[in-house]
Amino acid sequence: MPDRSLGGRVFDAVNIVLLLLMGLVTLVPFVHVIASSFASVAEYNRTDFLLIPTEFSLKAYTYIFTTDALPRSLAVTVMITVIGTAINLLCTSLLAYALSRRRVHFRKTIMFLIVFTLIFQGGLIPDYLIVREAGLLNSYWALLIPRAIIPFYLIILINFFRNLPVELEESARMDGCGDLRLLFQIVMPLSKPALATLTLFYAVFHWNTYMHAILYLTDTAKWPIQVLLRQIVLVSQAGFVEQGVVEGEQSIPPDTVRMAVITVATFPILLVYPFLQKHFAKGILLGSVKG
Amino acid sequence: MRTETRSAIWRDMRRDRWIYLLMLPGLLYFLVFKYLPMGGVVIAFQNYHPFTGFWGSPWVGWTHFERLFADPDFFRLLRNTLLLSLYNLGLGFPAPILVALMLNELRVQWFKRSIQTMIYIPHFMSWVVVVAMFFVIFESQDSIFQSLLAGLGFEPHSIMMDRGWFRPMYILQALWRDTGWGTIIYLAALAGISPELYESSRIDGASRLRQIWHITLPGIRSTIVVLLLLRLSDVLELSFEHVFLLLNAVNREVGDVFDTYVYRVGLINGQLSYSTAVGLFKGVVGLALVLLANWLAKKFGEEGIF
Repeated sequence: MPDRSLGGRVFDAVNIVLLLLMGLVTLVPFVHVIASSFASVAEYNRTDFLLIPTEFSLKAYTYIFTTDALPRSLAVTVMITVIGTAINLLCTSLLAYALSRRRVHFRKTIMFLIVFTLIFQGGLIPDYLIVREAGLLNSYWALLIPRAIIPFYLIILINFFRNLPVELEESARMDGCGDLRLLFQIVMPLSKPALATLTLFYAVFHWNTYMHAILYLTDTAKWPIQVLLRQIVLVSQAGFVEQGVVEGEQSIPPDTVRMAVITVATFPILLVYPFLQKHFAKGILLGSVKG
Repeated sequence: MRTETRSAIWRDMRRDRWIYLLMLPGLLYFLVFKYLPMGGVVIAFQNYHPFTGFWGSPWVGWTHFERLFADPDFFRLLRNTLLLSLYNLGLGFPAPILVALMLNELRVQWFKRSIQTMIYIPHFMSWVVVVAMFFVIFESQDSIFQSLLAGLGFEPHSIMMDRGWFRPMYILQALWRDTGWGTIIYLAALAGISPELYESSRIDGASRLRQIWHITLPGIRSTIVVLLLLRLSDVLELSFEHVFLLLNAVNREVGDVFDTYVYRVGLINGQLSYSTAVGLFKGVVGLALVLLANWLAKKFGEEGIF
């Protein structure tokens, strides 16, 4: 029953306006950046705060895709996202499956040791030294293997596996079904929603890789897109942007180039976001059901 | 008796050997990339040199810690870390609660869902994207903020090069990125409050704000307490990436925190043992805070974190 009193209506109106404002503050920067990246030079120069371009232009994009650095770093990021997510899913599922079965000994001890890594870590330098000792420095593997499992996601999956109906597993075991088949043919297909959530979270995690690349990759040719973006926007505002941006009569403003790179670095996430959104609330809550 | 149980365990493990085999890659991962680095903190008590390694480097006891506590940098780092954390706690903690309460008051479901969809988006953006967007909107010559300043007759002004703006800029970006996302857990808790409570209080003529105060907030009290304690426990954990991206020669005095210091002194200047000691100090204080928070949670009659 809606609240029809005067006070109630004023409350609702103020509430709606404030939330709309918050939605706009969130969304408008994205719209501005994406719109400006597609705007023609003339329109961009004419308009202070562009939200809807009327003259589309792909000049900024044709420019950034003719450089060496951008397509290369984009390929690097796609590669580490695909391979990294595959490694994550495999390692996380295998361990989560074992730790969700009651018949496994030392399960509680192992769980405690895993939770402990959430509250205490060796720190930046010991991590770095281990990666170096393992010979992973300046290799893409440094971005993949030391991050094979995110403990928090592992715990989410363990909880999910634990809550699956046991009857199916029991009858399958009666029929002589081994653990490997049980995991791949019964448990994983039943866990599609949880696995979909983790796939997307892991993929976003790898797509956004930045600090690890700075720490472990010294060769600039191996930079993923986020490091390149930082370089273009914040570090060397010269170089990439200024050099050779004159196309025909008009030069492309450096900011449109920057915005095009931001859009490229953001686009895949915005693309999967609708799918992400359907699952993540559920996924996050699964993790908090049981600790 | 003991040998019997031991052999029983052994028998079980042999029977279920496949499942133990499945665990192997994951366990190896935790051992090598989580527990070996924990062991690696011993170099904080050595003068570690890459050529002499973990085993051959000389032991120096607490020397590096003594140097840290005597260093004027220490108080600067502690102050900066704590101040940014307190900003985070004071604004970043209540903000999602407030927004969740506001969303909870919306009656039109499609409107509520649309607002939620919008405000979750920034959380999925990397800090690089957030800071880069900040740059093209506020910093660069043609940005809307700079044209606005010019239009109002002010001189151009760089926020990122202004020491006084470092903390507000940090917290505003953090709020922009994560406030919406933070509402999820509260909205779930809010969904669990019985609608009958509201019905009966409405019959008693309670206003909306009174309902929020007397029904809604008590309904999510335990969620708030647990999340507050979790927040308190990682008061020293700032987003390294975020601070790192905002840091420059001008704002280092107010922006340098433990993590960025460890990176600079350790990996750039190569003082591996000293910077490990700095990191270990932070880690141990963090661990103590988690244990304290957990103890407090139990004291408050909540379940505790572990």
